[in-house]
Amino acid sequence: MQPAHSNTVIEASKLGLTFQTSDGPVRALSDVDLSIGKGEFVSFIGPSGCGKTTFLRVIADLERPTSGSISINGMSPQQAREARAYGYVFQAAALFPWRTIENNVALPLEIMGISRDERKARIKRTLDLVNLSGFEKKYPWQLSGGMQQRASIARALAFDADLLLMDEPFGALDEIVRDHLNEQLLKLWGQTNKTICFVTHSIPEAVYLSTRIVVMSPRPGRVTDVIESTLPRERPLDIRESPEFLAIAARVRDGLRAGHSYDD
Amino acid sequence: MSALKISWQAALALVFCVIAAFTLPLAGAEGSNPFSLGTTFTIFALVGLAALISAMRVTDALAAVILFVGAHGAAWLLLAGIAGNEGAARAPFFLLIAAAWLLAWRCVTVLSALRPKDRAVSTFLRLLIPTVFGAWILILWEAITRGAGIPFVLLPPPSSIGVRLVNSVPVLWADVNQTIFHSVIVGYIIGCGAGFATAILADRVPFLRRGLLPIGNMVSALPIIGVAPILVMWFGFDWHSKAAVVVIMTFFPMLVNTVAGLAASGHMERDLMRTYASGYWTTLLKLRLPAAAPFIFNALKINSTLALIGAIVAEFFGTPVVGMGFRISTEVGRMNIDMVWAEIAVAALAGSVFYGAIALVERAVTFWHPSVRGG
Repeated sequence: MQPAHSNTVIEASKLGLTFQTSDGPVRALSDVDLSIGKGEFVSFIGPSGCGKTTFLRVIADLERPTSGSISINGMSPQQAREARAYGYVFQAAALFPWRTIENNVALPLEIMGISRDERKARIKRTLDLVNLSGFEKKYPWQLSGGMQQRASIARALAFDADLLLMDEPFGALDEIVRDHLNEQLLKLWGQTNKTICFVTHSIPEAVYLSTRIVVMSPRPGRVTDVIESTLPRERPLDIRESPEFLAIAARVRDGLRAGHSYDD
Repeated sequence: MSALKISWQAALALVFCVIAAFTLPLAGAEGSNPFSLGTTFTIFALVGLAALISAMRVTDALAAVILFVGAHGAAWLLLAGIAGNEGAARAPFFLLIAAAWLLAWRCVTVLSALRPKDRAVSTFLRLLIPTVFGAWILILWEAITRGAGIPFVLLPPPSSIGVRLVNSVPVLWADVNQTIFHSVIVGYIIGCGAGFATAILADRVPFLRRGLLPIGNMVSALPIIGVAPILVMWFGFDWHSKAAVVVIMTFFPMLVNTVAGLAASGHMERDLMRTYASGYWTTLLKLRLPAAAPFIFNALKINSTLALIGAIVAEFFGTPVVGMGFRISTEVGRMNIDMVWAEIAVAALAGSVFYGAIALVERAVTFWHPSVRGG
């Protein structure tokens, strides 16, 4: 099971995906080469239609690539999915309204056949991790949007996969809640040392969170720039006013603009 | 001078009283008036005083009690007087009934506006308001049929239907036992179960979806009047053939609703289950069936009334000498219209209880759905 480079979690080469639609083929991804190492926090940023969500869905085996190759922990996406190698956080919380918060977190554990006692312990641990202790017995519709999204993160963490795929998880939340959750997510990443792939269309969010930022551009979806962050791992919220932060943000913005000029 | 704050219902009731007072007697000719002078006076007093007192500065609760007593006391005296003198009523009788009805209307209006703090009182009010409403349908029905002397075969008064119902409990019970506890319940369970199972099957096996759904569609289009006699020949005169009719009637609503319900879960939720590598049956059990529950309960509720109709109609085409449909068809022939109405009343009651029981289970199971939790 050990991959060739034991530190590489995701390895994509010449990856392409073409959707067949009624308007003809649409190239959602084209020639994506990317390798993501263990413990990295990689953000994917770009305008809508650039294929960032599609790339995440290919990793998750929710879409099949039409060319090139990709491996997760040395396995094919399907094998990785069947091995429950990753937790996926969607744009909306997607909690089941007929289950309480604790039972929503228990859902993947039930499916994976984890014993009742073990389930209890893990629910407690992950709800503590996302600061939702005390809300176990509530139903999703009794919580705010931010709390629902935290519960869905807890659900993705509950089965201890080393890889976390997050598809614009805070896109629907307001700025204040988003700042707060960004801070918590960084702390969580520091505590658990997971590998995180994070799709966003907010430049400050990408720069604040990531160790590496992948800038993508549309038609066809491709990688135009990969930016290594020079920020320290320890990041208070006010780091966003530092010159270093602004320099990286400017480079991301340039990359996005360059990708766009391709259209004109 | 603002001590009087009269509602339009009470004002109109008083106007009716005054007109009635000038056009006496209430019924019949001068000599053979079934209403004694005392009774007539009491009726006027009840309506007039209730209308006046309710307009004074009294609390809403007290006004409601006075209106309730006045309206129903007057209605009771009027109906008691007219019984046995069918067709003898004159204009003031109907004016006073209308006045009493207006007071009852006012009473319900006042009751609806009350916001009691006590839970028990508020539950009592929630039951009382529709009860008063229903009672007045019966009171007006009784007053019009008896007062105007409508022929018994056209529309019997509710009191004689009630008497017939109480006197025929053993017969009615035997009919209910035959029709509801055999035809309806058995047919309903088999029909709903088969519709549900077929929906799952069609969902699991794509070629069945193409083949079965159109056939299911066709089954629903079968005219019940045509199918029932054939099923009687196949399954015999007893309840089995009626249950078969019920199966055919309930099958399709269940099939269609369950198929729609299974498609009701969102893409994101299904993708989520896929990321857990969850199999077909696990996803069905943990996501798709709970999401389909509101649709399935819809079908169960629709079918609860369809089943009753199907079983009763099917009994028109041959049956042993018991059953609600059999009783209706034979008693109509014998001009025993009150018995027909008694069966109708029993069927309405049974149907409501059946529907209500399913609605209660629905509330408990789909408590999470926005239509139930209210938001």
